[in-house]
Amino acid sequence: MNTFIPDFLDKRLLFVTGKGGVGKTTVAMALGIRAAMEGKRTIVCEVAATENASRLFAQAEVGFREVELANDLWAISIDPDESMREYVLLQLKVKAMRDLLFRSRMFTYLAAATPGLNELVTIGKIWELAQLDRKVKHGIKYDLVIVDAPATGHGISFLQTPRTFASIARVGPIHSQALQLEAMITDHEQTGTVIVSLPEEMPVNETARLESELSSDIGIAIDRVVMNALYPDAFSKSDVKTFGKLKKSDDAEVRAAGRAAASQATRAAAQREQLARLEEMVRAEVTTLPYIFKPELDLKAARKLAEEIA
Amino acid sequence: MASVEQVIAGREIVICAGSGGVGKTTTSAAIALGMAARGKKVCVLTIDPAKRLADSLGLKELGNEASKVDPKLLREQGVDPEPGGELWAMMLDAKETFDALVARHAEDAEARDRVLNNRIYQQISGALAGSQEYMAMEKLFELHSEGRFDLLVLDTPPSRNALDFLDAPKRLTQFIEGKSLQVFIRPTGLAARVASRGTGVVLSVLKRIVGFDLLADLSEFFTAFSGMIDGFQDRAHRVSALLGDDRTSFLIVCGPQGEPIEEAVFFHSKLVENGMNFGGVVVNRVRYRLGTHQVKVGDLAKRIDAEIDDGDLSGRLARNLAEYDVLAVRDQKNIEQLRDAMNGEPVIRVPYLDTDVHDIAGLCQINQFLFTDEEERVRQATS
Repeated sequence: MNTFIPDFLDKRLLFVTGKGGVGKTTVAMALGIRAAMEGKRTIVCEVAATENASRLFAQAEVGFREVELANDLWAISIDPDESMREYVLLQLKVKAMRDLLFRSRMFTYLAAATPGLNELVTIGKIWELAQLDRKVKHGIKYDLVIVDAPATGHGISFLQTPRTFASIARVGPIHSQALQLEAMITDHEQTGTVIVSLPEEMPVNETARLESELSSDIGIAIDRVVMNALYPDAFSKSDVKTFGKLKKSDDAEVRAAGRAAASQATRAAAQREQLARLEEMVRAEVTTLPYIFKPELDLKAARKLAEEIA
Repeated sequence: MASVEQVIAGREIVICAGSGGVGKTTTSAAIALGMAARGKKVCVLTIDPAKRLADSLGLKELGNEASKVDPKLLREQGVDPEPGGELWAMMLDAKETFDALVARHAEDAEARDRVLNNRIYQQISGALAGSQEYMAMEKLFELHSEGRFDLLVLDTPPSRNALDFLDAPKRLTQFIEGKSLQVFIRPTGLAARVASRGTGVVLSVLKRIVGFDLLADLSEFFTAFSGMIDGFQDRAHRVSALLGDDRTSFLIVCGPQGEPIEEAVFFHSKLVENGMNFGGVVVNRVRYRLGTHQVKVGDLAKRIDAEIDDGDLSGRLARNLAEYDVLAVRDQKNIEQLRDAMNGEPVIRVPYLDTDVHDIAGLCQINQFLFTDEEERVRQATS
């Protein structure tokens, strides 16, 4: 494998986003594995409590703690309640005050009632993980933080949360915290996004829309668009013509081979059209990942994708 | 096994639920089209349809009103509805629906504007977890009460998991009737203390953490909203009741991979637990096994070579079938597990078609599988 490190893996923070079901988690893990292979201490954050990372590495649940999955590869599942608690701990240095607040039902209810607060503290935790000098106990320094972000729809409002809060709270600690988070998200040197797409009409349209919304509405850098699960271009036009004859074969197995190949060739051709459309429609560089012909994605396949991703 | 027509027979509302990316919108539109063809006046409600599908149905404008699909567009694709059959479609606008609800429950125009103009509300109406889901139900409830349609098909909003949908009314009512609100609006509550610039210890700590003006905005919002609580509560309970009504049926839409199947099983158990009427599962993009399932790549390649006289291509064709079969076996296994877990409830498999579906012609193609029995499905998918 080559040792070329793609520039976007040199950033400190990467959000992996896209429409539901396109393989964001797979791409986030592949990027994590790749960065770790390059010797960067990397942490992959899940925010939707899906625990996919632990599945892939046959680990017990990761939960709200930093767990080492492999050499230089860490994972955490960010829980908003825990993040809130941690935030308060860092804000209030006097123990008596913290105890008072945690015991106060008012605080619990306020936290539950304020719309968007969960997203805000989640992004706050991501910010904390990306700090060079972390204030939490036993916090280690990461070279790269990769976020398996919520699906679009939710995704864009997720990244918009800091700006919204900065404007709702005009002054005060939430205001300044929100401004700080927004500054981090829009810092093109340090922070970027990878948008995941599939070679189908709807995901391609969604990706183009997402790219423009992320860059104009949020102001975040778009580093790469990943076209996931691309079929190999296995059969030429003359192949298709040749195996067309198999439809009439008396051998059921041979007919099945012809039929499977026809499906493959039709899909692969349609996918190439969608890839061309995507390349036409987005500004960011497009990387493709092959379709994995396996029942479920395993670690070996994830490593293969990690090699292909840059 | 049953066709989707039998599964939803006698129902007035069909809710298609499932996680993102499994083809919910397509399935919802296909069912609506199929039932319209069978003489029903049907409306499909969706949050965010694929642009091409919307275009092909002639839905150019985003509006919060149902519009009729031009019968000419259907006839062009060979769909000639039986007498009375009409297809309508509607794109839900969650924020507009929320605004309309506020207007309905506000005591007067001033109270309405106080809520609509509040910055917290503006945030809440778009972003509060579950608000999209709840507003979809709200619109469904409204359309159903009007009684204009024989059948309503709801394509649930894209959410992380199907359960978000089921929980939405609960979360919204918890939010509006819950203790958090009481903390703010009771006479000695936070709102009063913020307004009077109270100095309690908890309040001063909160101010330090949250900031005064955010607290003030929240208080103002809850105070403005408090007059509407009864109306909202009552409505939410009626919406909830409609979901559990005998006229409503849930269809779970999923894909054939392990995770979506597990989720479908989990969601089914939750539906049963919550006393909802479960119709069945539609599994999209299924790879049916082809041939006699005795693929030995080398042997098959020889048999192909005997017919096309091209050794290289024959090898590639045989390997391709083997690769396909790996996925087909996976799908078969997962669906068997699903069937076991469903205890005989209908499981409808729609094959992975060679082309993507984004127009009326594609929906018709899907309906050849949805609106037929299992035997015919297998025959069509494997011949």
